[in-house]
Amino acid sequence: MDGVEPTRDTRAAGNTSKPALIRIAGVGKRYSGGTHALQGIDLTVAEGEFLSLLGPSGCGKSTLLRLIAGLGEPSEGSIDWPRGSYDAAGTPDRSIGFVFQEPTLMPWATVFENVYLPLRLDGKRRQDVAAQVEDAIAGVGLAGFVHAYPRQLSGGMRMRVSIARALVKRPKVLLMDEPFAALDEITRMRLNDDLLALWAGSGWTVLFVTHSVYESVYLSSRIAVMGTRPGHIRDLIEIDAPYPRDEAFRLSANYIEYCRITSTALRGAMGGQAHEP
Amino acid sequence: MSDEARPVSPAMRVAVPVLLGIVVLLVWEVLVRWLEVPKFVLPAPSAIFRSLLTDYPSLLASLWITLRITLMAFVIALACGVLLAVLSIQSRLVEISIFPYAVILQVTPVVAIAPLILIWVGVEHIDRALLILATIVAFFPILSNTTLGLKSVDHNLRDLFQLYGASRWQRLRLLQLPAAMPYLLGGMKISGGLALIGAVVAEFVAGSGTGAGLAWRIVESANRLNIPRMFAALLMLSTLGICIFLLLAGLEQWLLGRWHESAVQRER
Repeated sequence: MDGVEPTRDTRAAGNTSKPALIRIAGVGKRYSGGTHALQGIDLTVAEGEFLSLLGPSGCGKSTLLRLIAGLGEPSEGSIDWPRGSYDAAGTPDRSIGFVFQEPTLMPWATVFENVYLPLRLDGKRRQDVAAQVEDAIAGVGLAGFVHAYPRQLSGGMRMRVSIARALVKRPKVLLMDEPFAALDEITRMRLNDDLLALWAGSGWTVLFVTHSVYESVYLSSRIAVMGTRPGHIRDLIEIDAPYPRDEAFRLSANYIEYCRITSTALRGAMGGQAHEP
Repeated sequence: MSDEARPVSPAMRVAVPVLLGIVVLLVWEVLVRWLEVPKFVLPAPSAIFRSLLTDYPSLLASLWITLRITLMAFVIALACGVLLAVLSIQSRLVEISIFPYAVILQVTPVVAIAPLILIWVGVEHIDRALLILATIVAFFPILSNTTLGLKSVDHNLRDLFQLYGASRWQRLRLLQLPAAMPYLLGGMKISGGLALIGAVVAEFVAGSGTGAGLAWRIVESANRLNIPRMFAALLMLSTLGICIFLLLAGLEQWLLGRWHESAVQRER
């Protein structure tokens, strides 16, 4: 350890230096089938942070992300957007981009049409936003594939299209649900780096669901470690390492130490069962 | 190399069946002449061809009548099937109320309801009866396939549309209809063939209207023991059926060729 003592913070409001963007208070989710997915979730997401939700499968991390996106309602508690505006019906203007575990592209549409979709649903005309769409595609490094169909692309490229689509409306928050879990290690590392580069240049907030300790430590400014039965937040770990992060960080003692701390916290969250990070 | 693994070139794909056809026709011709089979039992291919040439005008007029009923029935079935499928996914209530009747319509043999339809439309409007019967036969594959297709939208894509606040109409036009396309086109291929079968069977049962379709030509030829002309009419019917199938297969390839697994040519 080169003098950096990792801070472990189990209080709800971890990062207090930036204003709160999303305030989750006492959120629980019980499905009609009886599954108790989440209980007593308190979490404040600060503007501009990169927050990972880390946990074993079945800990409700995806459920929490979907609740934040407004896909489903919490059974108890509330999710507020303190700085967002609300419409007449009380629905917050969330300004989010969502990346699913699969690329979730429309197979019948080209890369351009897929990325144009969010703007199209807003009633924007194609010629008015063509430059914006092409910028988003170029931003994920697919400038030469504007007119390709998803099936002509590799898994990593499809995921890039999915990210471009999530970013095309320039949202404040990017929600990512294990986006790289299905990709091979090499593609995954490259996408991690590219995602950090995009994030550094933008100022948006990222909520990133993952089950990989290494990935979460590499990417995040903060990690929420979640446990199961029912899903709850066990630990909040600040990763106090400067951005931009690169290969040097991945090889540093600091990184290894954070991985150890996070791994221990995860094992604790799983009730002492062995975990392969 | 085993026979199954050998690659087949497109030219072979056409040449081999054509060659087989020619061989069969030749054997047929030779056998009929050699065994002196009477013309009213089995005419030689040459006799059928001659009949096709001499009865050309009347057969072509009949072909047009059958074709018109087939096409109209197909278009009506397509429109009604898609419309009802779209309605039924908008509301569960519509779906559960429509579907049993669609099934009843499907499982009741069209031959059995022909007399009833004939009475309802009146004997002076037989062509209408033919149209209704052919439509009933062609309708169900469109309805059931389109409904299945509209429902088999990827759940995450559906969530994505909800996330971006898509309206019902946007969801239908940009998501559900394109996703249902492969299913609809599959239904259309079945239904195109059924429309022709429906038009022919209906004409057998209900008789011909103002003009005689191909089915009536077959009945008439049989009554007069003009078997070569009967074969000529049959030949026309199969050709028509093949044309409908090829057109719809071409449409499928054109619409799905760029994206759907069923239509994409894969290089190994």
